[in-house]
Amino acid sequence: MNIIEFKSIIKKFGDFIANDKIDLIIKKGEIHCLLGENGAGKTTLMNILFGLYKPEEGKIFLREKPCKINNPHKAIELGLGMIHQHFMLIDRLTTTENIIVGEEPLKNGLVDMKKAREQVKQISDNYHLAIKIDEKIENISVGEQQRVEILKVLFRKAEILIFDEPTAVLTPQEVNNLFTTLRELKAGGKTIIFITHKLEETMNISDRVTVLRKGKVISTVNTCDTSPKKLARMMVGREVLLNVNKEKGDLGDKVLEVKDLSLIGKHKNIILKNINISIRKGEIVGLAGVSGNGQLELEECLTGLRKVTSGKIILGGDEITHTPTRIRRKKGFSHIPSDCLKRGLVSTYDLTKNIILGNQDSFTKNGFLQQNDINEYCKEVIEKFDVRCQSLNESVNNLSGGNQQKLVIGRELSTNPKFILAAQPTRGVDVGAIEFIHNNILKMRKQKKAILLISAELEELLSLADRILVIYEGKIVSEKNNYTKEELGLLMAGKKASDEEILETGNRIRND
Amino acid sequence: MQEILEVIFNINTFSAAIRISVPLVFAAIGGVFSERAGIINLGLEGMLLTGAFAGVLGSYLTSNPYIGILFAIMAGAFIGFIFALFTIKFEANHVVAGVGLNILMLGITTWLMQILWGSRGTSVNVTGLGEITIPILSSIPILGKLFGSHNILVYVMFIIVIFSWIILFKTPFGLRLRVVGENQEAADTLGIKLRKIQYTSLIFSGVLCGLGGAYLSLGQLNWFSMNMSAGRGYMALAANIFGGWNPLGAFGASYLFAYTDALQMRMQALNLNVPNEIIQMIPYILTILVLAGAMIRSRPPAGLGKHYKTNR
Repeated sequence: MNIIEFKSIIKKFGDFIANDKIDLIIKKGEIHCLLGENGAGKTTLMNILFGLYKPEEGKIFLREKPCKINNPHKAIELGLGMIHQHFMLIDRLTTTENIIVGEEPLKNGLVDMKKAREQVKQISDNYHLAIKIDEKIENISVGEQQRVEILKVLFRKAEILIFDEPTAVLTPQEVNNLFTTLRELKAGGKTIIFITHKLEETMNISDRVTVLRKGKVISTVNTCDTSPKKLARMMVGREVLLNVNKEKGDLGDKVLEVKDLSLIGKHKNIILKNINISIRKGEIVGLAGVSGNGQLELEECLTGLRKVTSGKIILGGDEITHTPTRIRRKKGFSHIPSDCLKRGLVSTYDLTKNIILGNQDSFTKNGFLQQNDINEYCKEVIEKFDVRCQSLNESVNNLSGGNQQKLVIGRELSTNPKFILAAQPTRGVDVGAIEFIHNNILKMRKQKKAILLISAELEELLSLADRILVIYEGKIVSEKNNYTKEELGLLMAGKKASDEEILETGNRIRND
Repeated sequence: MQEILEVIFNINTFSAAIRISVPLVFAAIGGVFSERAGIINLGLEGMLLTGAFAGVLGSYLTSNPYIGILFAIMAGAFIGFIFALFTIKFEANHVVAGVGLNILMLGITTWLMQILWGSRGTSVNVTGLGEITIPILSSIPILGKLFGSHNILVYVMFIIVIFSWIILFKTPFGLRLRVVGENQEAADTLGIKLRKIQYTSLIFSGVLCGLGGAYLSLGQLNWFSMNMSAGRGYMALAANIFGGWNPLGAFGASYLFAYTDALQMRMQALNLNVPNEIIQMIPYILTILVLAGAMIRSRPPAGLGKHYKTNR
């Protein structure tokens, strides 16, 4: 049965056509992936289905009957549930309160919290989604928060579950758990729509895939009849190299050295302990780890945003442990921040201002900015780094996530640095842009720059880095030139890589 | 020194503080409901003033102060609705809209006073609210002195404090309201009718201010004077913050402010060798200190002051 059918849906934002005559059929009981780059119109389409957006044209059939979904209230009534990319949870309320709000069980006109807890406990048990029912959202992990989001939807008796990029925030282990849950939900008769831009996930979890590009449906295929390569091609519209080719390079002098760096937190907790890293010219050192194990803090220590408790940082022979950030940058330190929107860009500024940000002194004469020089320089950067924009004076808000990231990378790589700290450079970026970013990082390696690549993406690390360090709970737990994917996954999870375990997890990862 | 201590712990000071606290408590709880819905409410001041004026107008027209209270409630509700319209529908900046409302209401009430009573300073005298004595309670030694004999709005205030707390923390409406104030988008995706909740909260906020205003003009006095609220709306907003956006906390904070005010008045009567101006400063100094401390710990609703636009 076709549980949902979209018929020539059109949605515009101003002149921009987000959905261009979308036709799509979702069958009952399947896991259907909507695959596409950022800005392809996946989320827009789902927001229309969920009643958050009103389409300009087109019809939606639910259970083979035409229906109008004007607001989320109606969507929920019709058995739809959406797990949003940015969790719609209230930090200071408890998990139970978050789940029941809007559908509260009552007793004498008041909220019956006892009954609410029982009901939440029951569905939590039924679907094996373990949560602490009286804990506040702010005190639980991201994985648990996602379980709360799923329970919210199940509590409202949803039959069709829409997941919007659910794995973006999860650790590899949490992703495994999520996939198990999805399969259980499917076995229980639910229909699942899964929005993603990740090829591997799509191959893993879906029954059918619909690829969207620039607001149009490119094709719907059975997952078993396709391959990552074919999907990537449909997604981007050209051939994409999924694996980068890396030439062997010679290593030069040491550029960055971190010696016994430790960081103690406010509550006397150890955040980083005795970190030792040394990176040579022309070398990419990868730092692997599940996010939240001290990478962000290390990033802050290296850039000078945070004071280290002990240890030394040496750049090109000079100690910079206590040097201000501005001076570090002058000494050839480039930084692609892990949170590019928050720390890499001023989102309301236009492209030119963002491109000279931190480097504005070079474009100043007698205390005035030289607009002509700036424009010329910016044009060059934008062209070289393939930032797609309408004009230089447009605010960076208008750019897609991938283009924003390319802009930051362009700025950081164009200043001829000695050392590049690339933290999560491809987070939330789609395949086409990932390929481009990877190639640029390798180009820097060829130009004999020293690069520290902090990433949670195993494949990225394995294909780019010459040497990989694994960080776990603030300590470097392993360092090697070549790892298998399984080994790395285990080390990141804090396990010692004994042979049996590797075999076991290896199988699990392969099966997923 | 002993004289001062006597004033500090005097039952009359505590009793006077209850009377002084009433308009603050009403307005502060009005602030709680508004801010829990995500709307910063600097308009409390103007709403109080409106209530005070409408109360006197009602009593003037009918010679019945209880009809005056009804007028104040209706006027408060209307102003609450107008404020909601500007901040929600027209997406005005909350602070600007609030300050605008205050200036507007100051102007309107003064102008109407001129037209109705021919004076810009004060209105004519009207029938005020009489005191109600509660039979058994009033004969109990300390409690009797504190709670035994007040006008009706004091008792209404105590009921409102409890009632508001139950609404906010025990009912579905309250839970939804708290969600709305934290994250309107989340509320929307949950199918919560967030606009209805916001409008209801702001109208209720206006009603409470109306009652607080009526107490100022009909309860404490029996006339209206220009700018009668005299900054109490702003103090109430501070009490709402200090009270942690909670009706019980708002009551406690308002009472503390009121107590220092009562204390100040009584200390002036002691003829201490200190200029009166210094003594008059006490409540304000305390307010600053308390707020400075409270602000560090305070955590406003996460969505406070934000606009959310649906794409429907």
